[in-house]
Formats: sequence, C-alpha cells, structure tokens
Amino acid sequence: MPESTFLPIVDELKGTFGDAILEVTVHSGDMFVRVDSAKIHDILSHLKTTSRYIYISDLFGVDRFTADDRFEVVYNLVNLAYQKRIFIKTRVSEQNPVLPTASDIWSGANWNEREVYDMFGIKFDGHPDMRRIFMPEDFKHFPLRKEFPLLGIPGSIELPNTTPDPE
Amino acid sequence: MSYQKQLNDQGFLTTSVDALVNWGRSNAVWPMPMGLACCAIEMMAFAGPKYDASRFGSEVFRFSPRQSDLMIVAGWCTYKMSHAVRRIWDQMPDPKWCIAMGACASTGGMHRSYGVVQGIDNFLPVDIYISGCPPRPETLINALMQIQNKIREYPTTTLDA
Repeated sequence: MPESTFLPIVDELKGTFGDAILEVTVHSGDMFVRVDSAKIHDILSHLKTTSRYIYISDLFGVDRFTADDRFEVVYNLVNLAYQKRIFIKTRVSEQNPVLPTASDIWSGANWNEREVYDMFGIKFDGHPDMRRIFMPEDFKHFPLRKEFPLLGIPGSIELPNTTPDPE
Repeated sequence: MSYQKQLNDQGFLTTSVDALVNWGRSNAVWPMPMGLACCAIEMMAFAGPKYDASRFGSEVFRFSPRQSDLMIVAGWCTYKMSHAVRRIWDQMPDPKWCIAMGACASTGGMHRSYGVVQGIDNFLPVDIYISGCPPRPETLINALMQIQNKIREYPTTTLDA
C-alpha cells in the first residue's frame, strides 16, 4: 500500500494536535502513529468522532524493558467506511503507569484495558471496573512483565486442598 | 471340592465377594469427562461408535460426579480450573480412579507457563498417565483396560472394613 494512502489522516492529526504527534511510520502496509500520552484521550476521541474510526480492533500492552518510558500501549483502530486501519501507540513510565481510559470512547476497550492492567500493571484512569481479568484477584504480580519468571512464582497461586474435610 | 461340583451341577456358582464386586465394577466404569482442551475431542471419539468404549462398559459418560467412577482429565488445567476439577473429584463417590490424558494433563506439556498446573498430579491422585498430544482413542482404551486390571486386583471388601 503506498504511503500516500495514509497521508490525509496524518495531516489531519498533525494539523489538529501538532507536537503531540511524535512519530509516524509505515510498516507492512500499516500506519503506526506514536503520540504523547498526555493527549491520548483527545486523539482517540477525535479519531472516533471526526475520522470515523468507529471500531477498536485491539488494544494491548508492550513491555519494552527500557529505563524510561518502559511500557507502550497500542490501539488498533479500524475505519469501516473506508476499510482503513491505524495503530496508535503511546508510552508510559514504569514509575507512573497510568493512562486515561478509552472505554468511554469504545465500550469494547473495557476488557482489553483490564487485560493490559492484569498483565502489565498499567492502570486506566476512569475505567468503570479496573480489576484483573485473567489472574486470580489476589494475585500480586504482573505476568507479562519481562522480569516475571516463565513458570511463575512458586506458591503465588493457590492449588486446591488435597485433604478434604472429614465428613 | 465335592460341594462345588454339586452346586455347579444344580446351576449355582461359587466365588468370592471381591471377585464378583470387582467383575461388576471393572465392566461398568462410568467416566466423568473432564474435557479441558483438544484431548476431549479424542475422548469423544473413544466414546463414539468407531472406537466404541461400550465394548468395555464405559460408554456412559456421566456429567454428574455422583454417578461416575473414573475421571478422565483431558487437556491442560490452569490454576483457576484446578479448584473446580478438585471439587468435582471430591464429589465423586469412592472407589474412584483417575486418568491423566495427554502430555498437558500429565506434565503441563507445551503449556510451560505461570498459569498452567504442571501436571494434574499436583492436586489429584492419578492412576494412569497417557502420553501423546493428543493421544489416539486406542491409547485411551488401553488406559481404560489398565484401569480395569487395576480394579480387578483391588481387594474391595477387605479395604472397606
């Protein structure tokens, strides 16, 4: 897909948000736009209402394992009217992993944000139900962080009692 | 023995209670199908007409643990699921047996991960482990026959006392 196909939306974003658009790349026919985390909610909201990216195909986290801006959250948006897809990325630090929620823009982001919280510990401000989605609720760790061991931490998840109560 | 010959001539049979009870139990092993993953498909084939577990008296898959004797754990078991599996196992009446079907149920298999119990023997007393990913229905029939042999050697009445 030629790069020019993407230019209108990039021009529009740059015209509206200026410096908040940090990096634009095209790879394998897809457009990736990295934006400032402070402006992420405005940008996503703009994409939904003005640019008709009405469908959130995916939302996931990445542990880049770097000293600053360690975590990245990627929003995979689809414009069904023009069959276009855009990836919006934003980064947060390990010390303050908080982002505004996108679940008020697309309801479908609700469970994806819970998954990102479960796996990476990134909190979504304003989320209606910020609980773990896969791991037990009393689990203390974030399994997809790079420092988490593959086989887990022994004893961190309880196994069933193998000596049932006598009748 | 003379009295045995006399009884047999009149249509009676003498045996031990153990042998009789175990004959009954081993030929009516009703499985509790704990199908957790793709192994469950092979377990269904085992019960279906082609492999036909009814030849061994085990075609009656009971979805109620109260009516089953054998738990076939078919597939990988997560830590979250392990509590449900153990609860169902605890509800099954004694005597009961357990088959760990496939690599995942036996050892965790390819799911070498923080969320998957690395072998259901961490919380269940397993009688027979089956290798394979997934095992063919013949392998499950073989495991069932080994369970039957185990039941036949089980001194039922003396243990219960």
